[in-house]
Amino acid sequence: MPVAQDAGARWRPSATIETLRARAELLGSVRAFFAARDVLEVETPVLSRHATVDRHIDSFRTADGGWLQTSPEFAMKRLLAAGSGSIYQIARVFRRDEQGRHHNPEFSLLEWYRTGFDHHRLMDEVEALLTACLGRTLRCERLSYRAAFERHAGFDPLSADAPALRRRLGEAGVAEPEGVTADEAGDPDFWLDLWMSIVVGPKLGADAPVFVYDFPASQAALARVRAGNPPVAERFELFWRGVELANGFHELTDAGEQERRFRGDCAWRHAQGRIVPPYDVELIAALAAGLPPCAGVALGLDRLLALHLGLDRIDATMAFAADRA
Amino acid sequence: MASVSTNEMKAGTKLLIDGDPYSVIENEYRKPGKGQATNTIKIRNLRTGRVLEKTLKSGDSVEAADVEDTDMQYLYSDGQFWTFMDPKTYEQIQAGEQAMSEAAQWLKGEESCRVTLWNGVPLTVAAPNSVELEIVETDPGMKGDTATGGTKPAKLETGAVVRVPLFIQQGEKIKVDTRTGEYMSRVGGK
Repeated sequence: MPVAQDAGARWRPSATIETLRARAELLGSVRAFFAARDVLEVETPVLSRHATVDRHIDSFRTADGGWLQTSPEFAMKRLLAAGSGSIYQIARVFRRDEQGRHHNPEFSLLEWYRTGFDHHRLMDEVEALLTACLGRTLRCERLSYRAAFERHAGFDPLSADAPALRRRLGEAGVAEPEGVTADEAGDPDFWLDLWMSIVVGPKLGADAPVFVYDFPASQAALARVRAGNPPVAERFELFWRGVELANGFHELTDAGEQERRFRGDCAWRHAQGRIVPPYDVELIAALAAGLPPCAGVALGLDRLLALHLGLDRIDATMAFAADRA
Repeated sequence: MASVSTNEMKAGTKLLIDGDPYSVIENEYRKPGKGQATNTIKIRNLRTGRVLEKTLKSGDSVEAADVEDTDMQYLYSDGQFWTFMDPKTYEQIQAGEQAMSEAAQWLKGEESCRVTLWNGVPLTVAAPNSVELEIVETDPGMKGDTATGGTKPAKLETGAVVRVPLFIQQGEKIKVDTRTGEYMSRVGGK
């Protein structure tokens, strides 16, 4: 009998019909926001010959050797290099093994690029989008990555080395994961990620959303690195009630530097025994042809809707989450 | 021995950690967008009942514990061991005092119980969610008082003591929720 009941419930949606209406409204208001600002809506392939080589993002591979996109970033940058001007996309993206209260292996990203913007101007626009789409004025705070750590962890993350970060985590009473390898133990980013996901991140944006900007240069991903002491990546993330909502870059436009980063990530993946997908050589060619100076951001729509409606799991915003898909 | 990866750990998944069987209560996945993911699992030690938390790197595996739940019929007790029978195979097994610590007070015989076996040996026994038992001892209550909501202790035929409404009398049969130990209703009365 319990089996029959489970099977019976499984056909039902994960979200209520009322939530699906709110979802449709959100999508409508996003489109209205960009239409009013003359930003072009685009669609790019979900299935590609290339994939991200990001160290901590794994792609689904199809039986014929293709890859499902984990973000529409590469294709959208190719459009920018081809002269599209500012563009946005509401994209379905796929990430392997990401499953939890705030994760589903398939989810919706709102990604947009603004030519001529830097990351600060783009943060202004993210704030305007939230205000317009949620129908309430949100005064977002801005904190540098360093200031966020100083406030919530009590130390400067940019000058701490791996052993110090590890020691402080223990002193803060946070149990470190089991089976830390020698490579991980010596990697400051491994410890900064733990600090961010377990201690600092959950405290960010308790009232209004908070932008965290100027990340460690080692976490630049596809952002420009600004020279300085220490140099920092012109990258930002948006947190609201402890949930990471968006990630943006003042985009790297240097083809040679981009290819070096891809190769570095491939080498890391190879050394870790992880799958090494083919990185996007067409993106490198597009950057070589000339990507206009721009800033871009990806915002998780399922999480935004969940926070807006006060739901504590993103499943509850989806017609059918992974367990019912 | 089979192993279980962090993304397969759901509520109820059984793990073997430091030689003890554990059941997963919660599994919290955390991942900075572009960083190392972790799973923090809240787990219950099935021998001691103790609950603890552990953090694992996402994708890592832990050995699975050979723990299974099976419904068996309670036959009798000699005071030291409680004997159960598998209704399909008629195979009999004996559960010790520790495994019976919760369930013993609710059982008189023939109930179908959920027996949790670890490597074939009973770890815990759960009584049916509700049982119907006769009251063998309670103070005489005020007969007409069905409204005030007062309660008094009542001893049941199995020895368990529960709180019942004042109007319930000795010799009556009542229904009890074994998970909370609370009185649910009168059985067969008016």
